[in-house]
Amino acid sequence: MTGAVAAPAGGERPRTGALAAALRNPRVWFGGLVGLALLLAAVFAPLLAPHDPLQQDLMLGQLPPFWVPGAEPGYPLGTDSLGRDLASRLIYGARVAVIVAVVAALAAAVLGTVLGLLAGFFGGWVDALVSRLVDIWMAFPAVLLAIVLVAVIGTGLEAVIVAIAVIDWTRFCRVIRAETLVQKEQDYVLAARTLGLARLRTLYSEVLPNVMPLLLTLLTLEMGIAIIVEAILSFVGLSISSDEPTWGGLIAEGRQYVHDAWWIMSFPILCLIVVVLGLNALGDGLRRVLDPVMRR
Amino acid sequence: MTDAYLDIAGLHMAVGRGRRPLPILRGVDLAVAPGEVHGLVGESGAGKSMVGRTVLGLLPPAARVTGGTVQYRGRDLLAMPVAERRALLGAKIALIPQDPMTALNPVHRIGRQVTDVLRLHLGLRQKPALARAEELLAAVQIREPGRVLRQYPHELSGGMRQRVLIAIAFACDPDLIVADEPTTALDVTVQRQILRLLKEMQGRAGTAILFVTHDLGVVSKICDRVSVIHAGRILESGAATEIFAAPRHAYTRALFAATPRYDRPADALHPIPPALLSALWAEAHEADRDEADRDAADRATEDGR
Repeated sequence: MTGAVAAPAGGERPRTGALAAALRNPRVWFGGLVGLALLLAAVFAPLLAPHDPLQQDLMLGQLPPFWVPGAEPGYPLGTDSLGRDLASRLIYGARVAVIVAVVAALAAAVLGTVLGLLAGFFGGWVDALVSRLVDIWMAFPAVLLAIVLVAVIGTGLEAVIVAIAVIDWTRFCRVIRAETLVQKEQDYVLAARTLGLARLRTLYSEVLPNVMPLLLTLLTLEMGIAIIVEAILSFVGLSISSDEPTWGGLIAEGRQYVHDAWWIMSFPILCLIVVVLGLNALGDGLRRVLDPVMRR
Repeated sequence: MTDAYLDIAGLHMAVGRGRRPLPILRGVDLAVAPGEVHGLVGESGAGKSMVGRTVLGLLPPAARVTGGTVQYRGRDLLAMPVAERRALLGAKIALIPQDPMTALNPVHRIGRQVTDVLRLHLGLRQKPALARAEELLAAVQIREPGRVLRQYPHELSGGMRQRVLIAIAFACDPDLIVADEPTTALDVTVQRQILRLLKEMQGRAGTAILFVTHDLGVVSKICDRVSVIHAGRILESGAATEIFAAPRHAYTRALFAATPRYDRPADALHPIPPALLSALWAEAHEADRDEADRDAADRATEDGR
């Protein structure tokens, strides 16, 4: 095993720490790099973007990307129909994507996980209540519900985040509840209770760590989904003001000119695909890395 | 027997709610004296594990105790508040679980799992708890205990894991251990080692053990006293040597005859006669009816008042 470090007093045993395993995992590498790139683009957007994303120049409308004849230097990915630099708009769009991915996905995860753990572990009326709530929730088509929610709460970044969290908590709740049901019947949970641990403590110290790898996978999946939902809301014009560059907004804009200028729509779609793929790979890799049995 | 560590008297239990719950224990009487290894033997479904789980307060949600008492050193385990029982569990009453492959949490290192109980019940801090855990692992004859403490359960063999579980059970110097078929999941050679270890640990600490098993060979090796259970009733109880020398109950004799032995040809194996089993079940159902009648009578007198 490369990069193995002997445990100090333990003789020749290779390190089995999560970090060491993470560094050996290609999925974690790929996903981590994509995530890092997204994060850097979001944080350093003003430094990275060659132009002001809102600056229009109607003389330079629909410039193609650099490898197509007719491209202008200084506009590597071309411009949209109003002459705004596409690369800059994509980089600024990463800001919204990151905020939505992190905040909305975390909010949905916390809400869904807490309810799922309680429902699965305590059963009875708690379970009945939570499960029926999930059923009712799932009866509504997700995107439609999001549109209705945003229409009610009002547009804006906060509204989008709230809408995604309020809709997608069921995704976590269902999966975590099912896994908790499995976990709580495991011998080690029973054994923990024969050690005199209180029920809630058992839930926290025995069940939660075993649910964690699954939760992480879900969370990274949800980040991808959140970005897509935001894009959809932008696409139908219910997200942030249309001036503000978002990937969904760019796709909606580009759709109108797809026959004349394919790149306006294609680049934001490409960004979405790469980011969602990367986040999924990261989640999958982390799950393997965090599970002591799969880690080796 | 008031000086017994565990005294179960007239324990009745039923599964299911509604009008006709299904009885699974029908008046179990059992006492485990200090320093005694008491074997509870029976076929599957006899209710032997339920007895053990009652002591530990780990009944499945559908099961209810419908009568009788379970006393630990004169204190009623069924009547005491949850917090009080929780303080006893792991400290004074411990469990050695059946399957060492699943009884350790796969995501925690061995060290954490051994020290958990030390910190909880003895209030040790992490450092002294780890030192104590190392001693405990050494006591159950694990080589390189310091290394094992840093390992995960899947890195240990079944025998090793069972040793770890025994170490956890003995960690707080308990009075009583419920061992629920602790060797069933192990292969025969490891079984012998684990039994010898258990007997040794038990002898040193003077712990009482309620040893739940279906394996008569195991009983003969480790138990001082034996109770034979069938259909939730104790059919016979006595010193192990006596019962093995001269079983009194027909079911016990049939059970012995049904045990495979390598020194006899295979056709010397006699299944338990169906007639005997149906007779026993008839008795059990008779007992249920008596019980139901008595309940009805009780209710009638209460209503009449």
